[in-house]
Amino acid sequence: MEWEIVIGLEVHAQLSTQSKIFSGASTAFGAEPNTQACAIDLGFPGVLPVLNAEVVNMAIKLGLGINAEIAKRSVFARKNYFYPDLPKGYQISQFELPVVGKGYLDILLDDGTTKRIGITRAHLEEDAGKSLHEDFNGMSGIDLNRAGTPLLEIVSEPDMRSAKEAIAYLKTLHSLVRYLGICDGNMQEGSFRCDANVSLRRKGDSKFGTRTELKNINSFRFVERAIMYEVERQMAILEDGGKINQETRLYDSAKNETRPMRSKEEANDYRYFPDPDLLPLLITEEQIAKVRSELPELPQQKHQRFKEVYGLSAYDATVLVSSRAMADYFETAVAASGNQAKLTANWVTGELSAALNKSDMEITSSPVSAEELGKLVLRIADNTISGKIAKTIFESLWNKEGDVDHIIEKQGLKQVTDSSAIEALIEKILAANPQQVADYRSGKDKLFGFFVGQAMKESGGKLNPKQLNDLLKEKLTSGS
Amino acid sequence: MLNKSIAELSHSLQAKKISSHELTQFFLERIKKLDPQLNSFITVTEQQALDAAKKADAQLAQGKAGPLTGIPIAQKDIFCTLGVKTSCGSKMLDNFISPYDATVIKRFNEAGMVMLGKTNMDEFAMGSSNENSYYGSVKNPWNVEYVPGGSSGGSAAAVAASLAPVATGTDTGGSIRQPAALCGISGIKPTYGRISRYGMIAFASSLDQGGLFAKSAEDLAWVLNTMAGFDENDSTSANIAVPDYTNTLNDSLKGLRIGLPKEFFSDALDKDIGNAIQTAIKVYEKLGATFHEINLPNTSLSIPAYYVIAPAECSSNLARFDGVRYGHRCEDPKDLEDLYKRSRSEGFGKEVTRRIMIGTYALSAGYYDAYYIKAQKIRRLVADDFRKAFKSVDVILGPTTPSPAFKLGEKTSDPISMYLSDIYTIAVNLAGLPGMSIPAGFTKGLPIGMQLIGNAFAEARLLNVAHAYQKETDWHTKTPEGF
Amino acid sequence: MSLTAGDVKKIAHLARLNLLENDVTLYTQQLSTILNFVEQMNQADTAEIEPFFNPLDLGQRLRPDVVTEQNQRDAFQAIAPQVEAGLYLVPQVIEGEE
Repeated sequence: MEWEIVIGLEVHAQLSTQSKIFSGASTAFGAEPNTQACAIDLGFPGVLPVLNAEVVNMAIKLGLGINAEIAKRSVFARKNYFYPDLPKGYQISQFELPVVGKGYLDILLDDGTTKRIGITRAHLEEDAGKSLHEDFNGMSGIDLNRAGTPLLEIVSEPDMRSAKEAIAYLKTLHSLVRYLGICDGNMQEGSFRCDANVSLRRKGDSKFGTRTELKNINSFRFVERAIMYEVERQMAILEDGGKINQETRLYDSAKNETRPMRSKEEANDYRYFPDPDLLPLLITEEQIAKVRSELPELPQQKHQRFKEVYGLSAYDATVLVSSRAMADYFETAVAASGNQAKLTANWVTGELSAALNKSDMEITSSPVSAEELGKLVLRIADNTISGKIAKTIFESLWNKEGDVDHIIEKQGLKQVTDSSAIEALIEKILAANPQQVADYRSGKDKLFGFFVGQAMKESGGKLNPKQLNDLLKEKLTSGS
Repeated sequence: MLNKSIAELSHSLQAKKISSHELTQFFLERIKKLDPQLNSFITVTEQQALDAAKKADAQLAQGKAGPLTGIPIAQKDIFCTLGVKTSCGSKMLDNFISPYDATVIKRFNEAGMVMLGKTNMDEFAMGSSNENSYYGSVKNPWNVEYVPGGSSGGSAAAVAASLAPVATGTDTGGSIRQPAALCGISGIKPTYGRISRYGMIAFASSLDQGGLFAKSAEDLAWVLNTMAGFDENDSTSANIAVPDYTNTLNDSLKGLRIGLPKEFFSDALDKDIGNAIQTAIKVYEKLGATFHEINLPNTSLSIPAYYVIAPAECSSNLARFDGVRYGHRCEDPKDLEDLYKRSRSEGFGKEVTRRIMIGTYALSAGYYDAYYIKAQKIRRLVADDFRKAFKSVDVILGPTTPSPAFKLGEKTSDPISMYLSDIYTIAVNLAGLPGMSIPAGFTKGLPIGMQLIGNAFAEARLLNVAHAYQKETDWHTKTPEGF
Repeated sequence: MSLTAGDVKKIAHLARLNLLENDVTLYTQQLSTILNFVEQMNQADTAEIEPFFNPLDLGQRLRPDVVTEQNQRDAFQAIAPQVEAGLYLVPQVIEGEE
């Protein structure tokens, strides 16, 4: 039987504000337990919430970024349930009237086509604290530093049909929130969390199958694995004529499996109702216009511009705009390279990215600055150095041994472009290898490479390859 | 000092005829001597009071004093007070020493007022008789076999017995006006949004409003000047300038249009109370006011709507009491559920439990629309009744309660009959309007309260209308025997 | 509306309250009475009426995104029932349980 995979994603993006959504406590990550939980975050008797203005701006930014309607009036509601990391016994969220309505994101598929993924809504809510499961004599410890951190929950339509599409959507959204500067996207620290709704249906069916919700997926790789595992699991059940239980399942990355969450005897009844401590959030056209005017260039616009202005391929453009930092790096480097866009792109996506990956570094902390990389490219382009030597110089730059020209100078890496010097070197090599010269002249063309190799070896790789080729050919031919 | 107005006390303090220390000592001694009969205080903060008085005297000496510097005040135990037990009348918070001050407490402190202690109240402000307190019931100073009303019964009894010149209260469905009426004193519940709710332990957030008890409208005006005002920590605080309420106290009532709601004068109203109101009407007519019958047709529906909305909000507001971060925690919980269930069941009394259950039900899946949304729609009808009425009248006048104080224990087994005693006050909370109760006579030795209801943010007008009456009558000067 | 003992137990669980068997009977009867009482609301036709959630007809006020709170953990935890290493302690939380 042929099955179609149906995936919808719910992303919780922590908004990168200074203070919490409803209190003046800091949101900084990694503080000592409960040192950033103020009376409001702790749900002390009598405390009241007041909404953070920046959170609203960030919600508007996201709304504009996903081409969505922004609600002129949205309402905060209480989601009531008991849990130790939820100090008030309710979470302030948005239910019936979210701040961001229907929108979409276009994702780039492997075959180079784009697909539009619908976004149902995005709403503001407060994060919960953390339960630490280490054993305190049979008890759990509760840290409420995270309680009250602002979140945007972004809910997609069930529009994705494979784990790859889900990843592409996630990466696109991840890049967008970072471009917008509303979320740092750090998945390890939980700033960008994803739940996946997965179901299967027979190819051609219009009705969706029963879905399961996968939680606790904290990297792109795990999203893919969790979905793949869940698809296999559901398929096995369905092929056997079984039924899928609608349930929430935890992904266990160590075992690479999903398993049902321990659920209570009856379904939760969250008893949502408008929070009487907060008034409706009203957003004006002027406010939206103001945020729009301050919006940075978004990935899709940048992608378009990179193709048009720099003549890059769609692939290069996609890689370069995947983060705002990389795109900015590229543009700075291009400017320093004398507009060698294609060559710069190759260096950024090739040598530099590989080196960063290897040392697990972000481009923002690259030891090789964008200006230096651009200058390196410039020196290749103006024939000061060869591409091969450039790789050596890059290593020196990486090790902070100085700037490009300084390294070229100090290590004597400057390419030899003086014809008479090259000619002299060729003559020397030809003289030292009379047998090979004779063989070449008698038709062994392949020996040309031998002479090139000898010349490069002799010169320390500094000869201009094209000049060497031309002059060598001339000498070998003229001498016959 | 017993029968002096706050204005007089203030003048005496400024003129150094008395010190705040003497004044504070005077009230602390009265509390010590007389409160055992009433049980109106949960905590008396003697040392803090004397320290504050000393500080006030220093300010008075330096000429840095404000009008309320050195004046003692009692705080309902619903307002969080830094370093002082804030119990909200509940076992749940019997061990809760608040780590912060409510905004209104800060305002009073900054004005140099001296807190005498924290007054008794129905648990989490749920009740109309003050019999739902973990700390025992409060007695009515006019007859200690009778209830003082609730939920701010401790504050009302304390002011009526002159244990404090002024006291705070909160009013969610009548919890200031009803005990003011039953104890024969003046009380004001300002417009929703006029008084900060920050640090005032929430019962029903969209209805709760802090206010005051005192012997007269003039006293209320003096203290309301300090208590009222915008608070950036409360999203439902109105950013509207506060007038000086003492400036307009003596404005003429000539041409004032007073509305009499037909629905407030039905057979359910005690005859003596009805007569007292008729007598008061004559006083106002003499002062130049005119009376107009008005309709508030949805009054009777306000009680059922209230008993859905208030419990619904309370069920959520009281979810934070879970034995984890503060408050009562059960012994040796065997698991998380046991921790929650036993801590909460041990910490909450019967009425609170009842309301949490009703509210949980009203919000639960399948019943939300039929109960909660329906109640909020009725609320609009109730508010619209007032809106229409205020097109033709300036103030609404009627009884505060349908009957005078009842005996302790008389209604404890019948929640509905208890709920019905709030029939004239609840609609005002639903609409968020300001209301007052002032003394207007006696029946069988028990006080009668007259209610004045104003349009939103018309506290100055209400105080003016109440003060005009108190200049013509002396009901507000009567004090219970033995106090 | 008459509640059953089962309804009352379910509500009590949602609200995390323990009821003794005697109390279940009492609350079943009292809550049913109260619900019958509040059903008077059905006398009013509210089909065209918008709910009135708050007396203030205003929008939500916003605060600037500024950190104003200092660490007060010691003061806050001085009144906590059980803490260790700065954490509030509760009976073991089972991962993913809600």
